[in-house]
Amino acid sequence: MAGLPERRRAGALEVYRHPWVVRIAHVLNAACLLVLLTSGLQIFNAHPALYWGETSHFESPVAAIRSDLNADGTMTGRLQALGGSFDTTGVLGASRGADGSWEARAMPAWLTLPPYADLGAGRAWHFAFAWLLVANGAVYLTHGMLSGRLRAQLLPTREDLGGLGRSIVEHLRLRFPHGEAARHYNGLQKLAYLGVIAGALPIMLASGLAMSPTVHAAAPWLGDMFGGRQSARTVHFLTMLALVGFVVVHLAMVLAAGPVRELRAIITGWYRIEKKQESA
Amino acid sequence: MMRRDDLNRRGLIGGAATGALGVGLAGCERISASPQVNRALAVGEGVTRRAQRLLVDRMALAREYPPQAISRDFRPNGTTAPDSDEYQALVTTGFQDWRLDIGGLVERPLSLSLADLRAAPTRTQITRHDCVEGWSCIAKWRGARLGPLLDRAKVKREARYVAFFCADTLELTLDGSGDYYETIDLVDAYHPQTILAYDMNDAPLPVAHGAPIRLRLERQLGYKMAKYVMRIELIDSFEGLGRGRGGYWEDRGYQWYAGI
Repeated sequence: MAGLPERRRAGALEVYRHPWVVRIAHVLNAACLLVLLTSGLQIFNAHPALYWGETSHFESPVAAIRSDLNADGTMTGRLQALGGSFDTTGVLGASRGADGSWEARAMPAWLTLPPYADLGAGRAWHFAFAWLLVANGAVYLTHGMLSGRLRAQLLPTREDLGGLGRSIVEHLRLRFPHGEAARHYNGLQKLAYLGVIAGALPIMLASGLAMSPTVHAAAPWLGDMFGGRQSARTVHFLTMLALVGFVVVHLAMVLAAGPVRELRAIITGWYRIEKKQESA
Repeated sequence: MMRRDDLNRRGLIGGAATGALGVGLAGCERISASPQVNRALAVGEGVTRRAQRLLVDRMALAREYPPQAISRDFRPNGTTAPDSDEYQALVTTGFQDWRLDIGGLVERPLSLSLADLRAAPTRTQITRHDCVEGWSCIAKWRGARLGPLLDRAKVKREARYVAFFCADTLELTLDGSGDYYETIDLVDAYHPQTILAYDMNDAPLPVAHGAPIRLRLERQLGYKMAKYVMRIELIDSFEGLGRGRGGYWEDRGYQWYAGI
């Protein structure tokens, strides 16, 4: 592969890691995911139960969030999942609204868009930003394929895969590649990014479309792929959790690896490889 | 100041949610309530409608299921018993005096009894009902196909939408804007699976599900499928109905095109 452009600044080597298309796509992607997450949770609040199969068997959900009004006037929120029932008062099922009063709602106000209960508005946000995510993804993928960046940067090499075990141990010890090795994404990074780009996001799109009754008429196989409409809805929810997990780890890694350098790279494109690391 | 006994887990979480995030919530509420933002978001609905119309064959049939797929517990939603005296009188007489008027932009207005509807071209289908809230149930529906009824009434050229006026009032208002109504376009009206259902699971449609008839519009969400239909009108625009957005729930923020 052709190497990334590089330069020397103040005695340190810098590589041009993120071209402007990727930088803009990244910030749009982050905004889309935040809106899709919060508006999605607003939609979820309209019926906070998940099922497996084509239809909803109301008596046997896979998971459900309940709001119970107690005899003494207080409220208890409960998460029912994995065969257990967990008291989640304060966050799930019963939480305080913007004015501080207790509300019976599955996801709390601070996790939903809009904060107040409004299914129609949540849907409007969700679908508008779904289109934006798709358009953004199309630009990113087209650019990545035409420039060869997707293959060069994200496809794991044989060495990447071979060194995966060591890479995991290094990450857990918060020790990150230095010098020459820092020029490229390591195997674990590549797999995580590829997992989002080629795995989680396409699954979100497909399972989201599978819930559409019009799409179901034209392409019933899409829902069947997930085991039915309600399964697709459950997969949509679980993949959301996986994406949230990715973002949490992603942000934690940025913090651990050096937030100034990492932020500078995603804003200006130039990734600085410190001089002392070069010789390390 | 927080007292020591307030410093439990619940208090901390609640305090964080209301205090630190209060500012953010207020900002989100302002953005969500802004008319400009809502107009921008509504563009998404237009794109969805056009994309679905472009990619999905107008006459593609919704999937039909075998009898064993029928849900044992089909949850009724919205109104489950309209409380007007007129409707209650219809229920007590078994809808004998009920008439469905088809009027508006038609050459030959119709007034049909339940027996007339049962004698009209019919269709039976076992289909999945998808609620906007996210749940789904399957039931068997039998009803009069809307297309042939419209042909019998001879739709005028200028007609663009079919409006359904219902017996249920979800919100009590002086101007009647809380009465349930829905509008669909002629493409959906003439879809072979668009029926005025009078039977559900081989029995007369129960009151909870919209007796004597409800609209079945199989490729869209449940709120489009008006229950307790009393009158049908062919119209060229729905701006003059309710608050002008084409339906009871549309007037309250739901999308007119309910294909997703």
